[in-house]
Amino acid sequence: MSVLVGRDTRVVVQGFGREGSFHAARMKEYGTQVVAGTRIGKGGTTQDGVPIFESVSQAVAATGANTSIIFVPAPAAADAVLEALASELDLVIAITEGMPVNDMAKVAVALAASTSTLVGPNCPGVISPGRAKVGIMPAENFLEGPIGFVSRSGTLTYEIADLLSGAGLGQSTCVGIGGDPIIGLPTPDAVRLLNEDPETEAIVVVGEIGGSAEERAAEYLRAYGKKPAVAFIAGRSAPPGKRMGHAGAIVSGNQGTAASKVAAFEAAGIPVANAPSEIPDLVRSALRCS
Amino acid sequence: MKIHEYQAKEILARAGIRIPEGRAARTPDEVAAAAEALGFPVVVKAQVHVGGRGKAGGVKLAASPDEAKAHGAAILGMDIKGLTVQKVYVERAADYAGELYLGVTLDRDRRRPVVMLSTVGGMDIEEVAEASPEKIARAWPNPLFGLMGFEARELCLAAGVPQAQRAAVAEIARTLYEQYFATDATLIEINPLFILRDGSIMAGDAKLDVDDNALHRQAALSALKEVSPDEQAEERARELGFSFVQLDGDVGIIGNGAGLVMGTLDAVRNAGGNAANFLDVGGGAREAVVKAALEIVLANKRVKSVLINIFGGITRGDEVAKGILAALEETRPRVPLVIRLSGTAAAEGRALLQSARLASRATMDEAAAEAVRLAKSA
Repeated sequence: MSVLVGRDTRVVVQGFGREGSFHAARMKEYGTQVVAGTRIGKGGTTQDGVPIFESVSQAVAATGANTSIIFVPAPAAADAVLEALASELDLVIAITEGMPVNDMAKVAVALAASTSTLVGPNCPGVISPGRAKVGIMPAENFLEGPIGFVSRSGTLTYEIADLLSGAGLGQSTCVGIGGDPIIGLPTPDAVRLLNEDPETEAIVVVGEIGGSAEERAAEYLRAYGKKPAVAFIAGRSAPPGKRMGHAGAIVSGNQGTAASKVAAFEAAGIPVANAPSEIPDLVRSALRCS
Repeated sequence: MKIHEYQAKEILARAGIRIPEGRAARTPDEVAAAAEALGFPVVVKAQVHVGGRGKAGGVKLAASPDEAKAHGAAILGMDIKGLTVQKVYVERAADYAGELYLGVTLDRDRRRPVVMLSTVGGMDIEEVAEASPEKIARAWPNPLFGLMGFEARELCLAAGVPQAQRAAVAEIARTLYEQYFATDATLIEINPLFILRDGSIMAGDAKLDVDDNALHRQAALSALKEVSPDEQAEERARELGFSFVQLDGDVGIIGNGAGLVMGTLDAVRNAGGNAANFLDVGGGAREAVVKAALEIVLANKRVKSVLINIFGGITRGDEVAKGILAALEETRPRVPLVIRLSGTAAAEGRALLQSARLASRATMDEAAAEAVRLAKSA
């Protein structure tokens, strides 16, 4: 069993435009069931073999979609997320980058009252190698196996997955949670899912500077961790007050420093890699010790 | 995006919050004229997009036109934390008996804005939060309702606002919270919020940071954008869809993806060097993208070597390599380059680079070490 996505995942692509259709084709190639798309004004057509609908509720009624992936541009992304929540989908993955943070503050209120799980925004999505990919990650870099992987980054996630796969350490599920200040599935929640997943034997947590989600994940693992974990924090050399690409990656005052995150993991007995290249060895020795 | 105090105060005034009378000025003569029109004493305040103006000598009291002019001459052109003061705000000095702090900003853990109120006004709130957190009262209203009346009253009680001022301060807090959403702020702050001798309330300062991601729907605020000479490279990069931050080292960095670039900066530090910048080109690395990125990085004269770290994902590594080679043919950089390709078809990409006699490395650590070595031996 993988977490979040699997063989019974049925995807509706919200915003079946240039990017949406490109990635829908890649997801289908991987074997993911892409059952529907939405694009306003194109309902009733078929694109690349995918039936297009005017709304998510229509798509769900006609196809039984249970998961959505959102490519809608940032100004309309809150609308798209709320539309997906209104259809009570199990999982909503928002790829969209650049959503206003105050929109997400309001979406978070709706999310708290919803049964759906939101991953993102500003994320690469979720892949369970060999089963399903609901995201934009290059599938070549992932390998089926027992390592659960949570990351706030995009390309750095692919890089680390590539390193793990190259070392023969396949992944159960990789969750790219997104780099924004407010996201649907913060690090501790994603870690909890992997901790509870029987097929996951070890957890890799890749964090970034900014916020305190990594500290809370470390605290959770210290109290409830059932399996070994390894962490890496990007942005150790970032100066305070500078936003490092992601809206969420910023050190303000003493908040969100790499030092605080590294200390939290170390206090929980979780080794922290100094560079991505160290991660596979740390995972192997953590697995040996457990 | 940051705006100036006088601009933020205008927004507060329009929302019904009282502010001292004031005028912006760009020359010492304008300062003197503004001061005379306002009446003495006045405060002359530097308008720069950075905190800590007071400590830097950028805020001064004047009792006469000559004094105001002299302060204007001293403050205009002053350097505050690397920014040159180009405007001052001349304001009638308030006759106050007490100072409060009032601010709204995002609380990431609670996933909604937090309202903060304290009777320790006028100080750096981060220092107060550090030294005596119990002196800051907080509320986390539901953003769909706004700061409700009861929440504002409780906030005032918790902060210990004197009874005579509670109703007025509660009302200002509600207005400020409304303005936080109305302006798509990430921070809105009145520090100090004066209690005047007559017991009324007035905003002594104002700070407003706007969410860059919301500027598309904030036309009036977008028009206030000012780019200082130091920020021009960052602005140009933003127009190209890059994310760029100037740093103070000598190894130029280009990469795709914020996390990967941060990781590259860390690798350079691990190798004993210092990065000159953070530059995330976003998705793929086509010829035009690499060319524009190189121009931005090399515009910084301190750069002694450049490290390009690209992950070939959906875009294959050999395609990336071709893009880099085509860009180099046109640009001919003045410093050595180290390229590191990883991901899909990285080996093919590296072979292409090698055949063009470009230093190419298989791992991030090796590439960083090589870039640092080249910068040091330059």
